[in-house]
Amino acid sequence: MAEPVLRIENLAKNFGGLRVTDDVTLDVMPGELHAIIGPNGAGKTTLINQISGLLAPDAGRIVFAGEDVTGMAVDRRAQRGLARSFQITSILPRFSVLENVALAVQARSGTSFRFFGNAAEDGALNAPALAALGQVGLAERAGALAGELSHGEKRALELAIALAMEPKLLLLDEPMAGTGHDEAKRLVAVLRSLKGRFPMVLVEHDMTAVFALADRISVLIYGRILASGAPAQVRADRQVVTAYLGEEMA
Amino acid sequence: MAEAAVSRATRSRLLSGNALPVVIFLVFALVPLAATFKAEAYVLSLVTRVMIFAIAALALDLLIGYGALVSFGHAAFVGLGAYAVGILASHGVGDALISLPVALAVSALFALATGIVCLRTRGVYFIMITLAFGQMAYFTASSLAPYGGDDGLTVRMRSTVAGLPVFANDRALYYICLLALLGAYLLCRALAASRFGRVYRGARENALRMGTIGFDVYRFQLVAYVIAGMLGGLSGFLLANATEFVSPAYMSWQRSGELLIMVIFGGIGTFNGAIIGAAAFLLTEEWLSGITEHWKVIFGPLLVFVAVFARGGLIGVAEKLRRMLRG
Repeated sequence: MAEPVLRIENLAKNFGGLRVTDDVTLDVMPGELHAIIGPNGAGKTTLINQISGLLAPDAGRIVFAGEDVTGMAVDRRAQRGLARSFQITSILPRFSVLENVALAVQARSGTSFRFFGNAAEDGALNAPALAALGQVGLAERAGALAGELSHGEKRALELAIALAMEPKLLLLDEPMAGTGHDEAKRLVAVLRSLKGRFPMVLVEHDMTAVFALADRISVLIYGRILASGAPAQVRADRQVVTAYLGEEMA
Repeated sequence: MAEAAVSRATRSRLLSGNALPVVIFLVFALVPLAATFKAEAYVLSLVTRVMIFAIAALALDLLIGYGALVSFGHAAFVGLGAYAVGILASHGVGDALISLPVALAVSALFALATGIVCLRTRGVYFIMITLAFGQMAYFTASSLAPYGGDDGLTVRMRSTVAGLPVFANDRALYYICLLALLGAYLLCRALAASRFGRVYRGARENALRMGTIGFDVYRFQLVAYVIAGMLGGLSGFLLANATEFVSPAYMSWQRSGELLIMVIFGGIGTFNGAIIGAAAFLLTEEWLSGITEHWKVIFGPLLVFVAVFARGGLIGVAEKLRRMLRG
């Protein structure tokens, strides 16, 4: 059997007396889209933050691409190909759309301690950045200021930034958060086009999207994995239906 | 198509960005010619001073405007550069080939040592800790009894270059300062546009995002802090030569505050603003102090006025006027 891209073992995190990550073990196989669902406050973003390195777990291990990254700084994990998007849009608002993405390309292409030469006109950075923008349908907006994009476009920009990092794994924290119907449909189409090319961890509340896209779903409730398996299996799980999905989804 | 739009946008930005600095440096270059008609020594020394402080203000703008690192201790670097000249000269070493590298090295080392600590903090704490380090330098200089202590130190001779008295002539010194300012300005502009500068500016916008795409922004900020410190040292090196005097007052927190005012007065984050701010500050101070000895009573409210009504400083006001005139 192939090695998993990401393996989380017995991860635990407390905020004061509150157990937000409770003995979580899960893995992501190459090419797999592993969705994490659960009610608000279940600890989904906290889990993503621990995987990407913004939060240190209290116990447990995170193995990424065959390497233990549990204590590694966030930038070094990113250098190794761990790319993430944020639930609350995190971009550089006063930079152009292209520069937002070109910076991600720059992070993966040699040293950035170069003090001369105009980075904004560097074709070696701009070409891959434009390609990434093309993949999310934002190429025409490359020259706009990132802060002036519509909400849906900003969500797409987050994806383009992650793609430009030549990721070995995409951690997507509610990529559709706050988008309208049409925008969400467009983003689902983008995610579908990425599926299979990149292994992904997808946190999302849009159940239609999750059940349409995921190869495997883990249900997180009170920091614990309640169930994990193929979409059909999770949908049929009595416990999951009572705790989260409700009768109408089942 | 998208590529064409991008390159068009950057080109027009570059062109519109160059008219102002060309005017600024032309004015500086022509001042000595105009000054031959009237009060030459006075005008030369005043504008030399403007250019010297403009270099320090540029360095500070690199920190504040491009990195959101509000340093309240930048005068320390000016003082260090000046003391390097003064102390070496008092030991008979008056050649710039030695004193300039020493001035730059000392300020770089001080920036590195203090930056390692300061840059671990943010916001108000960064302001306070840079202020504290600045005051440490100030009190250290005040206690240097062999070098004049509180009273400071007279630099008996301006620097030579390989034995030639290049700095001796006021007009020569003026043009040396102009060249230094031009070099510092071009350096800052190049830095800001470079790969390095893009990461550094990105950290100001969103440090979290920069970390998650793979940059350790602390290292970039530290390098920028050292560069800004060295530019401060260069300014101090020139100041010691211009005034032929070195004093702990060069490092006092009031001086750091004046540098901040210059940058804010001119307009943060443009480099042009730092130069204009230095000129506006020093010339206004000179003009008002000629009218009354209580000039600060006028100057204070003027600064408040700019801070409240002219956000973006003089550059911001000029920009607004231009837009209004265009329609």
